[in-house]
Amino acid sequence: MTRIGVVIFPGSNCEYDAALAMTQLGVDVDFVWHSVTDLSGFDGIILPGGFAHGDYLRPGALARFSPVMDAVARFAAEGGSVLGICNGFQVLTEAGLLPGALQKNRGLTFISEPTGLVVESTNSVLTHLAVRGQELTIPINHFSGAYTCDDETLEALEGNDQVVLRYRDNPNGSRADIAGVANAAGNVVGLMPHPERAMSTLLGSADGRVLLAGFVAAPRALQASAANAAAF
Amino acid sequence: MNYPVIVDVTLREGIADPEGATIERALPALGFTGVTNVRAGKSFRLDVEASDEEAALEKAAALAERLLSNPVIENAVARSPGVPK
Repeated sequence: MTRIGVVIFPGSNCEYDAALAMTQLGVDVDFVWHSVTDLSGFDGIILPGGFAHGDYLRPGALARFSPVMDAVARFAAEGGSVLGICNGFQVLTEAGLLPGALQKNRGLTFISEPTGLVVESTNSVLTHLAVRGQELTIPINHFSGAYTCDDETLEALEGNDQVVLRYRDNPNGSRADIAGVANAAGNVVGLMPHPERAMSTLLGSADGRVLLAGFVAAPRALQASAANAAAF
Repeated sequence: MNYPVIVDVTLREGIADPEGATIERALPALGFTGVTNVRAGKSFRLDVEASDEEAALEKAAALAERLLSNPVIENAVARSPGVPK
C-alpha cells in the first residue's frame, strides 16, 4: 500500500489536515519529525503548511537546515514524489529543490480566501490526473506567497512546462500569476494554495482531490511507466 | 580576536519591494518630500572571531550568503560598523 510521510517541523500547523486528506484518499500516512534522516519505505513526502522554525529570518530559511531536508533532497534525487504546500513550498525553494523564491504579498496583507486556479501543466506528480486548463477553487492562507524569480528562470520554467498552476485573478503579486511550480523532472512540486483544505464540497470545495489523488497515485504510475519502458 | 561586523541584506535590483514602496508613499503625507528609491531590508550585527578584520568580513559574507540572505532575491554586504556603506 502506498505510504506517505508528512514532515513536521517545529511550527508546522497543517500536518493533520494533510494527513487526514491522505487517509481520505485511502493511503497509509505517517508523521515524520524534522530530525529524521531516513525516508526509506515512503512513496511520497509532504512538507505541510505552517511556520517552520517560527519563519524566523525568512519563511523556510531555517527549516532548510533541519536534518530531514538532506533526506528529502536524496529522496527527490532518487525520483521520489515530494510535495510542498504553502510553507512547505517556501522550504523547498529555500532548499534549492525548486527554483525561485516566495516574497511578501503585494499589498503587505495576510490573505486567507478561496482562489481560482488554472492547471497549466499536467507534467507533474501533483497535476497528472488533472486536465490542462482545468479550473479549480482552492484556498490560500499566507503572507509571503508572491512567487518571484529572475527572467532566465521564468523562461526556463515556461519552456520546460514547469509552471503547474496559475492564479486566475492574481491575489498576491506572484510573477506570471504563478501559484505552483515543479522541478524539471516533475517529481518535486510546490504550491501556495492548500489542496488538503479542499477535500469536501461540504467545506467549500473538493477541488484539491484531483491534485492529491494524483500525488498519491504518482509513485505507482511512475513505476508502471518505468516497467513499461523496461519491457520495451 | 572578535571583530564586530554588520551585514546588510537588501532586495536585489529589479525585485519588487512592496514594503519599501509603501514607506516611500507614506513619506509625503508626513511632510518629507524629495525622498525616493526607498528599499526595505534587514541588518544583522555579529561578533566574528578571526585573525584579522578582512578574514572576519569574509567569514560574515560567507554566512550571509548561506543563511542570512536568499541569493535568489537578496544581496548581502558585510562591513565594519565604523565604515559607512
